Amino acid sequence: MATATEAARPSRISPAHTIKDIAVITKRNLLRNIRLPQLLIFATVQPVMFLLLFNYVFGGAIGGAIPPIAQGEYINWLLPGLLIQVAAFGAGQTALGLTEDLSKGVIDRFRSLPMARSAVLAGRTLSDVIRNGFVIGLMVVMGFLMGFRYQTNFLSFVAGLAVAMVFSYSLSWIMATIGLAVKNPEAAQSAVFLPVFPLVFASSVFVPTQTMPAWLQTFAENQPITVTVNALRGLMLGREALIDYQPGMTANQITQAVAEAPTVEGQVLQSLGWAVAIMIVFVPLAIRVYRKTVS
Amino acid sequence: MRVENVVKTFGETVRALDGVSLEFEPGIVYGLLGPNGAGKTTLIRVLTTLLKADSGYAEVAGVDVRADPVAARTHIGLAGQFAAVDDYLTGRENVEMVGRLYNLSAEEAKRRAGELLERIHLDDAADRTVRTYSGGMRRRLDLAASLVGRPQVLFLDEPTTGIDPQSRLDLWELIRDLIATGTTVLLTTQYLDEADQLANQIGVIDRGKLIAQGTGDGLKDRMGGSVIELHVADDERDRTLEALRAISHEASFETARKSIRLPAPDGSLTLLAVVRRLDESGITAQDVALHKPTLDDVFLTLTGRGAAEAEAERESTKQPGRRGRRERSAV
Repeated sequence: MATATEAARPSRISPAHTIKDIAVITKRNLLRNIRLPQLLIFATVQPVMFLLLFNYVFGGAIGGAIPPIAQGEYINWLLPGLLIQVAAFGAGQTALGLTEDLSKGVIDRFRSLPMARSAVLAGRTLSDVIRNGFVIGLMVVMGFLMGFRYQTNFLSFVAGLAVAMVFSYSLSWIMATIGLAVKNPEAAQSAVFLPVFPLVFASSVFVPTQTMPAWLQTFAENQPITVTVNALRGLMLGREALIDYQPGMTANQITQAVAEAPTVEGQVLQSLGWAVAIMIVFVPLAIRVYRKTVS
Repeated sequence: MRVENVVKTFGETVRALDGVSLEFEPGIVYGLLGPNGAGKTTLIRVLTTLLKADSGYAEVAGVDVRADPVAARTHIGLAGQFAAVDDYLTGRENVEMVGRLYNLSAEEAKRRAGELLERIHLDDAADRTVRTYSGGMRRRLDLAASLVGRPQVLFLDEPTTGIDPQSRLDLWELIRDLIATGTTVLLTTQYLDEADQLANQIGVIDRGKLIAQGTGDGLKDRMGGSVIELHVADDERDRTLEALRAISHEASFETARKSIRLPAPDGSLTLLAVVRRLDESGITAQDVALHKPTLDDVFLTLTGRGAAEAEAERESTKQPGRRGRRERSAV
């Protein structure tokens, strides 16, 4: 160890080699997504079903309680929220995919190959974010068919989708850590949904947070899912979507409320801040757990 | 391949490898024989860089696996007992993927995959997803994947455990064919006949230690070849032993199996002599059988206890944990 001779220096894997490995693993994971019927259904039918159910079941009751910028159409309010809900659920696939590979010995094979170790996790999260991108695209198309119209402009709308993708990618790393820690696929299923459910429901995904009890409201308004949903709504509907809306507000009151509402830029920055913070914590953590798990 | 005094413990009580040393020349097939839990898989995991040993030195294809695992991995191929092939890829995609990860160009990986799939007689099924494959086909595919990078050293971890006898014979033939090209192979198995069929040299491992080494014939010679085993009623035991000692003075009663055993150097001829002798003495045996030596006999000879016993003993000291789970899932 002390003698740093040429022969004693361990071999390293070049960046070009690493990128190729990541591409190979990503492609493999995507092929699995297409061929595994459960995954395909999870990725297509389920999000569409959520969209239909929530819109037509809750839409009538909630339509009046949402800010007027939504034009009284619940779908306008719901779609940005559901995109994040689906991204959060979809990130759970990262955990399930990893545990499955672990239990089947696929990871052992990868580790015995002269490939970049980081490619297993990078390829996994990358293929999951691509899959999420597909799901988000599908939901947007469905949303448009159901009457969704952005109230800002096209660029702003696309920026909203980008924020959703970045956030979803960061969640994948949390899920990767959970998956590697619990190791078996059945346990991963519940371990993944345990944190996701409260975060998704105690948020502004489905309903404005002002109707929640004060203690819950404090949590709901500051947690990353709400912040990200607000960023999306701001980008797609405008700052008017972020007001503390009470039914029966006059035009003046609304103008006042908009001035007091959080800025769209603020929400976007907060959401990206969350994504960066999550990655700073969970990328190294996932890698550490991965090293420990497999040796 | 050189392994010196390698130790690996799990938790505080389980010494999976307790100072294993072995060394052999390139180009040979080395069969590592031992019961479940003897440390075979752990040794393979250490040598394939999946596991770091607590102490000791291990060298594969001239590379210190601990100091330079990345270089070691370019020289090895691993076919595990779990047949780590991807269910939702086709056979061809599986082999090509592994080829790409061995750093072959896309073209080269494709060519290699085609060639290997033909050699393992899977070319017809190559473009079906592996989900539709039988157990034997998966093992063959796993073998092809482990060879795609043209490894200098190939590790086969219990290549035929859990597959049917016919597929087992096919697989043996395939392994013999594939390794005829001069690859060094380390093969683990629980079956003496498998080691005998495939390996030039055999090492017997027990409780994380190598307890014997030699050729298949050498080991069998140490056990005296085939064995006759018979059961008689308890009150006939002494009389039977006395009668049989005329054939072999080594005839003895095994308390563990409640059976009388004697070596059968001439195989069925000895068996005939035994039957005749029993008949002449008016003894009725409950059953008489001629055995080829099995792992159990090797163990009995080398350690004084049977392989099943060694396994049971191992299970009872084993900590519930990762290793235990792995082994159960293999059943």
